[in-house]
Amino acid sequence: MTIATFADAGLVLLVLTIGASTIFARRAFDAVIAFVVYGLLLAIVWVRLSAIDVALTEAAIGGGMTGMLLLGAAARLRAVEFDSFAAALPVRLCAGFLCALAAAGLAGALLLSPKVVLSLAPAVMENLPRTGLGNPVAGVLFAYRALDTLLEKVVLLLALLGVWSLAPNQAWNGIPGLRIYDQPNTTLTFLAQILPPVGIVVGIYMCWVGANEPGGAFQGGTILAAMWLLVIIARLADAPSTGNTWLRIGLVFGPVVFLSVGLAGLVLANAFLAYPPGYAKPLIVAIEVALTISIAAALAMLAAGPPKPVQQQ
Amino acid sequence: MAFARDLFTVLALVAGALFFLAGTVGLIRFPDQLTRLHALTKVDNLGLGLVILGLLPQADGWFGAFKLVSVWLLVQFSGAVVTQLIAGALRERGPCA
Repeated sequence: MTIATFADAGLVLLVLTIGASTIFARRAFDAVIAFVVYGLLLAIVWVRLSAIDVALTEAAIGGGMTGMLLLGAAARLRAVEFDSFAAALPVRLCAGFLCALAAAGLAGALLLSPKVVLSLAPAVMENLPRTGLGNPVAGVLFAYRALDTLLEKVVLLLALLGVWSLAPNQAWNGIPGLRIYDQPNTTLTFLAQILPPVGIVVGIYMCWVGANEPGGAFQGGTILAAMWLLVIIARLADAPSTGNTWLRIGLVFGPVVFLSVGLAGLVLANAFLAYPPGYAKPLIVAIEVALTISIAAALAMLAAGPPKPVQQQ
Repeated sequence: MAFARDLFTVLALVAGALFFLAGTVGLIRFPDQLTRLHALTKVDNLGLGLVILGLLPQADGWFGAFKLVSVWLLVQFSGAVVTQLIAGALRERGPCA
C-alpha cells in the first residue's frame, strides 16, 4: 500500500459519488454541472492509467463540449421541467433496467475476461517505426484502425446534419440560434480578445504534436472550436449562416482529404487506406491538419445549434 | 541539492493545499454568493500559484516550466473573468438576499 494507492482509491470514490449525484440530481441543470465535474475527474483517472491521449479527449469532449451541449439542452427544457413532464413509472423502470443491463454487461466483460489478455500492443510498438510516428495512439488511429477514424469523423457530420434538420423550413441556411450576449459586456469582450490568440496557438500545437506525443486532431479541434464559440458569444464576430460555402467546405475538408488519401492507397499501396511506404508520416500529418479544421468547424456548429428563423423587427 | 529541491516542492504543495482547503471551506460556509466568489478567487490565485511554484523545480526543462507558468496565468485570467461575469449576473438579478 503506497500513498498513490490511497490517492487512487479516493479518486475512484469521488468519481462514483459524482456519478451518483448526476443520477440523483433533482434539476437537469445540477445534473449537467455534476456531469462536467465527472468528465474532468475521469480525465484524471485516465492520466493515472497513463492514457494521456484519452485523458485529453475526455477533458475536451466529455467535460467541455458535451457539457456545453447538455447545458443548452437543460436551458431549453427549463420551461417544462416542473410542469407537465414526468415519465411514467413503466418507462422509468424500463430505462433503469436497460441501464443496469448495460452496466452488468460491462462489469461482466471486465471481470470475467480471461487471465491472459490477447494484446496487440507489442505488434503495434514493433511496427510503429514504419509509420514514422512516435505516438502509438496516433499510429493505431491512422494506420491500423484508419477506417474507424474515418467513419468517426463522418458520424460527426451526420450529427451536425441532424441538428440542422431541426430548423424550420424558412430558417434553412440561416444563422445558428446560439444565445449571444445582447448588451456589450466589456469583461466577456476582453476575454474574447485576449484568449483566442493563445487558444489558437495551443490548438495548432496539440494537432501538430499529436504525431509524436499525446494530442491530435480531436483535442486540437475542440480547442479551436471553443475559441470560435467564445468570439461568437462575445459578439466580436457573427456566426456564419449554415449555407455559407466556406463553412461547408471546411466541414467536409477533413473527411474528403482522408478519403482521397485512402482511395489513392488503392492504387499506390494496393489497399484502401494504406499509405505508400516512406510517405506515411507526411500523409498522416496532412490528414490530421485537415481533420482538425473539420472537427473545429463541426463541433462549433454543433454547439451553436440549429439555425433560427429571422426575427421580424 | 536534490533534497533541498524536494523539500521546497513539498512545502509549497502543502501550503497550496491549505489554500485549497480554506477556499473550499469558504465556498461551503460563506453566507452569500459574492463572499463565496471571493473565497474561490483566493484558491485560483494563491492555491494554484503555490502548487505551480512547488512543481517548478521538478519541471521538465525550461519548456516544461514555461508550460506550468502558462497554466497558472491562464487559470488566473479565466478565473478572474468568470468571477466578474457571475458577479455581474448577480447584480443584474438584483440585490442578493
